[in-house]
Amino acid sequence: MKEIKVLLVDDEEELVSTMAERLSLRGIDAHWSTSCEDALKRLESFQYDIAVLDVKIPKMSGIELKKEMEQRCARTKFIFLTGHGSEADFRAGTAEAGSEFYLVKPVGIEDLLQKMKELLEK
Amino acid sequence: MVWNKIKPSFWDKQEVVSGTSTYQHTYRRIWKLAVILTGGVSLIPLIFLSVVNYRAVQNAIESEYLFRTTRVVSNTRRAVSFFLTERKFALDFIVHDNGFKSLNNPERLSAILENLKRSFGGGFVDMGVVDASGYQEAYVGPYNLEGKDYSGQKWFRQVLESGMYISDVFLGYRKVPHLVIAVRGSSESGTAYVLRASLSIAPFEDLLSNLALAGSGDAFIINQEGILQTSTRYHGGVLQKLSLQVPEYSSKTRVFEEQGPRGRALIVGYRYIDETPFILMIVKDKRECMAPCFKVGLELIAFLLICITVILTVILGTATYMVKKIQVADEKRNASLHHVEYANKMASIGRLAASVAHEINNPLAIISEKAGLIKDLFTFKTDYVHDAKLIGLVDSVLGSVKRAGTITRRLLNFSRNLQASIEPINLKEAILEVLGFMGKESELRSIEITTEVAEDIPILETDRGKLQQIMLNLVNNAFAAVQDGGHIDIKANRKDRDHVSITITDDGCGIAEDDLGRIYEPFFSTKTGQGGTGLGLSITYGLVQEIGGSIQVESALEKGTRFTITIPIRLEKIKNERNKGVVG
Repeated sequence: MKEIKVLLVDDEEELVSTMAERLSLRGIDAHWSTSCEDALKRLESFQYDIAVLDVKIPKMSGIELKKEMEQRCARTKFIFLTGHGSEADFRAGTAEAGSEFYLVKPVGIEDLLQKMKELLEK
Repeated sequence: MVWNKIKPSFWDKQEVVSGTSTYQHTYRRIWKLAVILTGGVSLIPLIFLSVVNYRAVQNAIESEYLFRTTRVVSNTRRAVSFFLTERKFALDFIVHDNGFKSLNNPERLSAILENLKRSFGGGFVDMGVVDASGYQEAYVGPYNLEGKDYSGQKWFRQVLESGMYISDVFLGYRKVPHLVIAVRGSSESGTAYVLRASLSIAPFEDLLSNLALAGSGDAFIINQEGILQTSTRYHGGVLQKLSLQVPEYSSKTRVFEEQGPRGRALIVGYRYIDETPFILMIVKDKRECMAPCFKVGLELIAFLLICITVILTVILGTATYMVKKIQVADEKRNASLHHVEYANKMASIGRLAASVAHEINNPLAIISEKAGLIKDLFTFKTDYVHDAKLIGLVDSVLGSVKRAGTITRRLLNFSRNLQASIEPINLKEAILEVLGFMGKESELRSIEITTEVAEDIPILETDRGKLQQIMLNLVNNAFAAVQDGGHIDIKANRKDRDHVSITITDDGCGIAEDDLGRIYEPFFSTKTGQGGTGLGLSITYGLVQEIGGSIQVESALEKGTRFTITIPIRLEKIKNERNKGVVG
């Protein structure tokens, strides 16, 4: 996989930092953030290929954050993480956001890589 | 016992209120209260009226009888009085019509006696003329009484004093019961003499016996000393003393009650016959008189008994019917209350499960990532890449995280399924998911479960949560019924175009025939004391109805049970979709 930039946003620092480190080990330029403000600020300095967002982030939902981010960086694609429910539930809530990619926690790193690959090939 | 057969179903039932406090035999109390109150207000007035009515009839018959007795006594008195007066005046006429001499002539006297007998019928026996000294100068009749001296006799003195006299019945010289009527006459020389005629008592007896009194009624004449003047049927012969008291003097006919010789109540009517020593008496047995009253009483009692029987039957029937209705309504209400309670409980469990799963998911994700990183480090940095043990340990951690993840996902699924929503369901997957919950137990008890889902069953559109709860409850029951090493067989077939049927068959203990009709009743349980609530099948029944299906059971003791549920392939949309799925 060629060099890609990924932003991970989740309020659990332990989780996102570890995930970022593991992605880095696989040659992906992974950044992480634990708040919406921080995530949006990062967009000023970097153009991300993929953003992996938790559905529930303090102050803002993942879907709202996605909308904000889309306005600032059109090329970014999105993957959502959820601690709840099934694909059907997720779709019901995110249909308007237009995302088809979601992963239920705990996420296997291989699943995440697979999804990223699918997203970039689209 | 007969009672056990006719006993209504609510008799030993205890009302359960909110599943906690119980009252002993509430329905029995309601039933008893209803029966006593309605029975009381209908039977007491009925019995009261009957008694009043009987008393009225009794009084009417009694007064009617007293009146009749009075009338008979009066009429008879008049006849007797007339009989005597007529003869008395006849003698008076003879005395005035014939002089002493003419009467003293036996031939003349004999002719007069013959004429009297012819004109007045029976009664006159003989006749005599007694002079002022009491010597009987002339006599005609069957006895030889000429020359008898009556100067010492009471009647002789009386007749000289008062001019006319009627005697008591007595034997006299002839030793035959008779009475004497005597009138005083005055001879040409001015001396007094007496014309006396004796009468047999036969005419009285004829008169009295013609009264034709019913039963043991008796009519007779006594004198004022209580000596019987005529023969009687039950109270002794002529000239015997009457066993009853001599009634006190009254100028009118009177009737009273008296205790008879053998303790029997008697009705006694009497009348003093004026200018004679006689008292006419009619004596009747009161019990015989009141016989019509007893008959009325018997009829009344029979009528009363029929009424009471009919009223009691209606009351018992109605009370039983009403209390049964109340019982059924209570049971329905309780069942629906418990259904709601159960649904609420399941919803709470669902929320709890969802929040627990969510809370655990985050740390699980961190463990997963950390362990993944450790493994990455081992793999990417060559120092430990060949240390199989370390890699194995990390894999084991990751494996456990995956297992825990499966559990939390199942919990989330479970809570989501409690929401009422119609969704496409692959029946086979749904059944396998339910069996997933029972996997461990079937393994431990080595219960063999076979599943067979026909290929032609389409994707169902129904309520997944309810269908799975139904399946779970029925499979749970099958588990409870079979022995270790038993078999449970689940089959699904397409029944017709719109329905599928699912059968769950076990080879367990089975259900007794008597219990089969009651298994869907709330709180009916044969597992009482072993953790059974008696709600499982009742709730299952409700759930099957909610998804438009039906449930049947076949069972044989010690052979096994088969539940068959038939459900529609497409359940019509539920009107109110409660609680949209929560995403987060």
